[in-house]
Amino acid sequence: MADPHDGTEQGSARPFAPASSDPSRRWHDMGGTLAGPVPGDEHDFALWEKRVDALVILSGLKGVFTVDGLRRVLEDMGEEAFETMTYYERWVAALNQNHLEQGTYTVAELGAKMEEVRARGETYADAADAS
Amino acid sequence: MPHDHPDHDDHLSPSGHPYRPDQDTGLSYWQVMEIATRELMIEKGVVTAGEVAAQVEAMDARSPAQGAAVVARAWTDPDFRERLLADGSAACAEMGFDVGPMRLIAVENDAATHNVVVCTLCSCYPRNLLGLPPDWYKSRAYRSRTVREPRKVLAEFGLDLPEDVTVRVHDSTADMRYLVVPARPAGTEGMDEVALADLVTRDSMIGVGIAKTP
Repeated sequence: MADPHDGTEQGSARPFAPASSDPSRRWHDMGGTLAGPVPGDEHDFALWEKRVDALVILSGLKGVFTVDGLRRVLEDMGEEAFETMTYYERWVAALNQNHLEQGTYTVAELGAKMEEVRARGETYADAADAS
Repeated sequence: MPHDHPDHDDHLSPSGHPYRPDQDTGLSYWQVMEIATRELMIEKGVVTAGEVAAQVEAMDARSPAQGAAVVARAWTDPDFRERLLADGSAACAEMGFDVGPMRLIAVENDAATHNVVVCTLCSCYPRNLLGLPPDWYKSRAYRSRTVREPRKVLAEFGLDLPEDVTVRVHDSTADMRYLVVPARPAGTEGMDEVALADLVTRDSMIGVGIAKTP
């Protein structure tokens, strides 16, 4: 099968250097670089993570932004965010950034809403219940 | 929504996996952002609360069982197998599984070839057929090493392939997803589609494992 994205082809055609030392690729383009063992742990997704996922999918279905918009923000966050934030932490940041850019709401509205949410309680369950 | 994890006292989810530490502590900054973003999207009329709930439910309903049903059909129906290998999206739609706008490519394992799927750039995964991707699929180690030393990576999953088996690594993209059709195990000749589907694991459809034997 002629597949330009076939990893084997790609891997053999490229120098195997860590992404950070190779100016021809960005940090997220990590195929073929060196790394430690694959982590074996898995976790079930929390409700807030599922909601982030749902909001990203729905934003696409509603035409607010595409997967490319999501990925642009994720990739621009850089390697440090990849190492220090969890997957859906990065996704919610990208979701929010795209909505700000598209004018769904303003930075001021976001700030006010986050304050309001924080004031509702100490746990996710408390804060997620607006009514 | 009363509670997000009712069984958190023993720190294990209903499926036996540990919850992330950040779920057991106080409200995080990013959780606040999720709630705020969701409520603003609802207030501004982008989505309704019902649509968000329905989307979460739809995601919860997706599991490797759908992919396993596709594989079991391919094992038992040669015509379906041909259609699946020719056009994965259409064959899955035929079974009532919507794989979304992405092109689904099914790749088949046999005695000579083993296929394994990765997304080196991000986390593209046939989520409509298998559910959300596991944490390791999104890890730096899996993304970087699977195209460099696939046999070593597979060995870490407990899969030691003979040297004469060709390993093909498929790198997913935003527009293209892969499903591995694992080889049908020996000794399953008399089994029906439903029983066969129980042998098809998530990992065997990513290519880091093989189907179970009965």
